[in-house]
Amino acid sequence: MSSTFAPSAPTASAPDPRKLTTKHRVSDRIFRAVVTAFSFSALIILALIGIFLLTKGLSAFKEQGLHFFTSSTWSVTQDANGKDVNHFGLAAMLLGTVLIAAVALFIAVPLSVLTALFLTFYAPERIRTLLVSVVDLMAAFPSILYGLWGFFILGPMAEYWAKLINKYLGWIPFLSVPQPSFTRSPFIAGIVLAVMIVPIITSVSREVFSQTPLDRVQAAYALGASKWGMIKAVVLPFGSSGIVGGAMLGLGRAFGETVAVYSVLNIVFRPNWHILFTQGGNVASMIIGQWGEAGKAEISALLAAGLVLFVLTLLVNFAADFVVNRAVKSGR
Amino acid sequence: MSNVTSTQVQPIRPWAASPLDRAITGGSLVASALFTILLVAVTPLKGKLAYFFVFFLVWFVIDSILVMRRYGTKGIRDALAAKVTLFGAVIVMLAVTSILWATISKGVKGLHISLFSQTMRTTSFTDPFSNGGMLHSIIGTLYLILIAVVISVPMGILTAIYLTEIKGRAAGLIRFLVQAMSGVPSVVAGLFIYAAIILNTPLRNSAFLGGLALTILMVPTVTRTAEEVLNLVPRDLREAGLAMGATQWKTVALVVLPAARSGLITATVLGVARVAGETAPLLFTVGVFDAINPNPFKGGSGTIPTYIWAGLTAGTTDSVQRAWSAILVLLIVVLILFTLARTLGNKRMKAK
Repeated sequence: MSSTFAPSAPTASAPDPRKLTTKHRVSDRIFRAVVTAFSFSALIILALIGIFLLTKGLSAFKEQGLHFFTSSTWSVTQDANGKDVNHFGLAAMLLGTVLIAAVALFIAVPLSVLTALFLTFYAPERIRTLLVSVVDLMAAFPSILYGLWGFFILGPMAEYWAKLINKYLGWIPFLSVPQPSFTRSPFIAGIVLAVMIVPIITSVSREVFSQTPLDRVQAAYALGASKWGMIKAVVLPFGSSGIVGGAMLGLGRAFGETVAVYSVLNIVFRPNWHILFTQGGNVASMIIGQWGEAGKAEISALLAAGLVLFVLTLLVNFAADFVVNRAVKSGR
Repeated sequence: MSNVTSTQVQPIRPWAASPLDRAITGGSLVASALFTILLVAVTPLKGKLAYFFVFFLVWFVIDSILVMRRYGTKGIRDALAAKVTLFGAVIVMLAVTSILWATISKGVKGLHISLFSQTMRTTSFTDPFSNGGMLHSIIGTLYLILIAVVISVPMGILTAIYLTEIKGRAAGLIRFLVQAMSGVPSVVAGLFIYAAIILNTPLRNSAFLGGLALTILMVPTVTRTAEEVLNLVPRDLREAGLAMGATQWKTVALVVLPAARSGLITATVLGVARVAGETAPLLFTVGVFDAINPNPFKGGSGTIPTYIWAGLTAGTTDSVQRAWSAILVLLIVVLILFTLARTLGNKRMKAK
């Protein structure tokens, strides 16, 4: 049986077989090069921020040395010969920033975890969709709105709460006050920040909670666990690193928040760890507070303070990213 | 064999609440409410928050007793957990309601036509708030947003294309850096533009520099949303494009991007919503300006956030009223953007 489809002998006019190659064509090479170049914009921008703040703030770092981090005075005065004497120390501001962020986390983490649990496991479908939208919307509120609200609405209320706390828990050292003055305290700034970071922590925790492996959840129920028993035994251990990561993302935001804190905090260049007392510090808010009448040397110091803030938030965000990614990946 | 007693099993619906259950739940709520009112009236506790906290406490106790009788201590813990999570969610919602209510109730008083048709050129912030308006701020904010969109949207989308289409070796690093960039404090973005441009070049405060500062804050939002959206484009579409003999460039430009169009618009809208209310960076890069400035490259510009800021820092009744009204306008804009992004996003999900 001879096949009728036997290839005929090649004729002289047949084209050469097409050359197969995995090499990209020219247009693709250009496309890939352009896109790759643009994708490095994030790296370039971050590097430029660091470089420019460092070069412009370097003179302040040099002039102040280690005092920039250990001293709490911030003043531009002139000596007898009319020469400027500058004292730029961030210690009080750094202490204040950490203090306010700690208050914010102390309030926001439990609230967010409870809200996330409610949204993931308890809320009926319709309420869940509504609340998820509301929480997302909260994250989109402009920070100056939180500032106005904090100053005019929350401030007076929180002052009353501060008095109550001080009255009944004043024997705890950091809840005491040197004088009975409770307005514009780190406590109030902390509450405002807490409200601002709740949506971040809630959405990260919710995401991790909702990735809890279903078989483990069902195994817990099959063993007779109540809903709370299931959450305690399965969801919380699984989601704990997600909560930590979300809290750290919130911490990064809390470190960098400017306008809202400036509106509600009485910034004083003196270390104060009485959180209910009307004195506080915050690096970011201090920068916009001092900016208006700053001379050349002070602007350099403020840029240096900005660099410190930048590095601080970057570190916190790196750590948060690491923790969150590990949490999400560990969900098999 | 036939005399095996067969009990008629009445099928029950195990998860539906019986009328009795409902009555107990409702009764415990009513009882807690009554008891709360009584307690607040009799004891020196006062205020709305006192009602709130006492109500939850009383409800915990009453309900625990009821649950205890049916399910024992384990049931108490379960019921308590359900209520405590509700308690947390309610507190968060109270804060949101308070913010929205304050903005609306205080802002509405200052809304009038001249707010949208006049500038502050001949008016000071402390003048009665019926004089002057924020037209210049609205125009300035539009300028800023336009500039930020023009720069950051191509940047963000190209980065997202790198992450989803090219998947280069640096993809992990880029994703990490974009995440880190989204954490850059807004004040630092402003300081950076000041240190890099105002201190080094003859350019001074202008809408353009403000737009640059906003770009830094907007790029991460656009990139991350665009990446998510591009990941949703089915692989088949890409493969179909390539199989038809298109280059990767043509596949991306003519197949992938059009398929993700509404999602990319969502990404842009979310980015705009993120930066529309930013105040801190504008204080270093744009400054305060009281009239319409048609040139975005020279001279300051009014913006809605700095208008609010000026009203707040001036501190008189009238200036604060201006601030509340302006923030109401800003909030409405953000709400519209947010709803827009949501509807576009939902349409995308449904289309799939």
